[in-house]
Amino acid sequence: MSIKLATSQPPAPSRRELRFGAAWPYSPAKEGTGPVRLRERYEHFIGGERRAPEGGVYYATVSPATEEPLAEVARGDEADVERAVHAARQAFEPWSRLPGLERGKYLFRIARAIQERARELAIVESMDGGKPIKESRDFDVPQAAQTFFYYAGWADKLTHAFHGRPVRPLGVAGQIIPWNFPLLMAAWKLAPALACGNTVVLKPAETTPLTALLLSEIIEAAELPPGVVNVVTGFGDAGAALVRHPGVDKVAFTGSTAVGKQIQKALAGTRRRLTLELGGKGAHLVFQDAPLDQAVEGVIQGIFFNQGHVCCAGSRLLVEESIADALLVKLKARIQTLNVGDPLDKNTDIGAINSKEQLERIQALVAAGEAEGAERYSAPLPVKERGYFFPPTVFTRVAQSSRLAQEEIFGPVLSVLTFRTESEAVEKANNTFYGLSAGIWTNKSARVFDLAGKLEAGVVWGNTYNQFDPSSPFGGYKESGFGREGGRQGLASYLHVG
Amino acid sequence: MTTAAQEWSSPPVDRVMVEARAAALGCRSIKTDAKRVGLGLAISMMDLTTLEGADTQGKVLALCRKAIQPDVRRPSVGPVAAVCVYPSLVRVARAALAGSPVRVASVATAFPSGQSALEVKLEDTRRAVGDGAHEIDMVIDRGAFLSGELGRVADEIAQVKTVCGAAHLKVILETGELGSYDNIRRASDLAIAAGADFIKTSTGKIEPAATPASTLVMLEAIRDHFFRTGIRIGMKPAGGVRTSKQALHYLVLVKETLGDDWLTPELFRIGASTLLNDVLMQLAKLEGGAYEAAEYFTRD
Repeated sequence: MSIKLATSQPPAPSRRELRFGAAWPYSPAKEGTGPVRLRERYEHFIGGERRAPEGGVYYATVSPATEEPLAEVARGDEADVERAVHAARQAFEPWSRLPGLERGKYLFRIARAIQERARELAIVESMDGGKPIKESRDFDVPQAAQTFFYYAGWADKLTHAFHGRPVRPLGVAGQIIPWNFPLLMAAWKLAPALACGNTVVLKPAETTPLTALLLSEIIEAAELPPGVVNVVTGFGDAGAALVRHPGVDKVAFTGSTAVGKQIQKALAGTRRRLTLELGGKGAHLVFQDAPLDQAVEGVIQGIFFNQGHVCCAGSRLLVEESIADALLVKLKARIQTLNVGDPLDKNTDIGAINSKEQLERIQALVAAGEAEGAERYSAPLPVKERGYFFPPTVFTRVAQSSRLAQEEIFGPVLSVLTFRTESEAVEKANNTFYGLSAGIWTNKSARVFDLAGKLEAGVVWGNTYNQFDPSSPFGGYKESGFGREGGRQGLASYLHVG
Repeated sequence: MTTAAQEWSSPPVDRVMVEARAAALGCRSIKTDAKRVGLGLAISMMDLTTLEGADTQGKVLALCRKAIQPDVRRPSVGPVAAVCVYPSLVRVARAALAGSPVRVASVATAFPSGQSALEVKLEDTRRAVGDGAHEIDMVIDRGAFLSGELGRVADEIAQVKTVCGAAHLKVILETGELGSYDNIRRASDLAIAAGADFIKTSTGKIEPAATPASTLVMLEAIRDHFFRTGIRIGMKPAGGVRTSKQALHYLVLVKETLGDDWLTPELFRIGASTLLNDVLMQLAKLEGGAYEAAEYFTRD
């Protein structure tokens, strides 16, 4: 079924309006799918083997840009999880006793294989998840390789990670990852767990299992001992079974705050460890003295990167009232230049919304915002016969109490609020139960450092946004979660530190 | 216009982000039709330039011929926008280009240093215009700018503009000597306020000449001026633009910063001496499917 979206028409050109349109259109520049050889059907990866689901059920994973099925994938259940956890338990003892140097070699091998198959992985990531190829090519895949390289280096240095304190691995880690950065989140989860000597059962998101399955092929080819990494595909029930399983010593979850709370309840009273990386409602604070054109770029990157399917997306724009009008003029001009469309086109800036469910959720929140009286501005959206698309959208006159300002939309929708003073800006930025990210835009570096300490956010960027590096820890405050991924700090999530 | 230095306040520019944005726009994939149209645009926007101490009548005549008809085997290609020469050769260029739509641009105001008395600069301009230059490419006094005498810089631009009369005034900031993007932005704002029809990055005599990031900063100044006044100022990156890929990158910068209305030789030019043959070669490749030998393209 095709989804038709109501979008506002481009305004008639007036004297002071820039026109972005037909004068010199870019021709299609589609990335070829030549390197991709998808199988018709994918099984679980358990104990080093491809294992058909116990229940015999498969489901289709669909390209959100075309609504075409890409492959059939095993739908895991409790029995599959049982087998996978058993395999991981079996593998734990020898893997954890392996010298760190040897574990590191396996991780280096995986990192290099990701680089070798980079183009294929990027294309599949865009096909299965809908993100623009320029992002999967230039961000997701290189960062995934980099994460393995980084933690490979730690594998034989763990005793130096915590000031000489003795460390030992936790055991079996059950890792549940989201659909927004499927391969990269798999890397964020697997690399530190393996470097520390744990074994893993990984459950990819149901809408985006393919790159994790390709990664399992890489892991197989790297001759990792059977059972060290197991991949069980499927839906939330498989994830829940993994969380409940008493043979899992550690649960690592990235996803929604609602599910995170359920997991925390399920683990209460057990000795099993938990780290959560959950939702966000990141704020940009743009001050009067900011480099305005670059702030606009940062805001655009912050909210429209990966269609806004980013937990640390800068979805709230808090702008000093005196420059709000000037900023909005620039912002509205800028979003007209975003190319929305085929994720595999190299010039696409905004690809497809990951799933029909997510599209409907975005539409519902946008409708709620309009009903609450916020003013909507959407860039024109090219008509698509098929696929899930949503135009880049900016809401102005958003009240702090509005759902748009409070709830995580997880789509290409920005809410603009204004402030008068620095303290009001901080108060508004912190006035949310999330606390994952923030961006400060000002020409005063002293203000950046001052506010970084006052903002309740796990990561604060100064005059930039969405900068990532495997060496830099990432994680949340408040209901955005706990525990850190990345950097030396990311090791602590997978070790007993004596 | 006699504005004191402290009265000029321009928005700050963040180096990291502006360079990242300029580089990102270099990653647009320009293929097939878009490439053909883009290369055609690039030719129509080119200021074919010779600014050497060794310039002669013969050299300028050859360049003018090339400007009118860049590729004898493909008569539909061209002409370029203008030929840019030293003041002493304006008459020669005018005569050679008579009857063609190609404009004559002349550098002036003690090009390239700008280190001369105002009277000399004005006389330089007056003569070039008198000899028939349609466009004047003046240099700002970077010494004055860097020593904080912004009012004096603006004053000079305003006076040169008066002398130009109907001739279009392009103001060369020589971004490679200004030292920071903040200064490039300030100089852009100042030149626009003082009466520039175009702002131009470089003389071509200083490295770095045009860069995507310095061009983007200038385009942003033009955009802000347009938002404020509705007036469209032109832009000319010059120097160091030697390949089709670079030229297309600049076109992308303009397309995505200022939009459709600037994709015209009236508002965008590329100053170059060796770019044209590379563009012709790329066009021939689009047409024939293979690169032709360099000998097929005339050296002028």
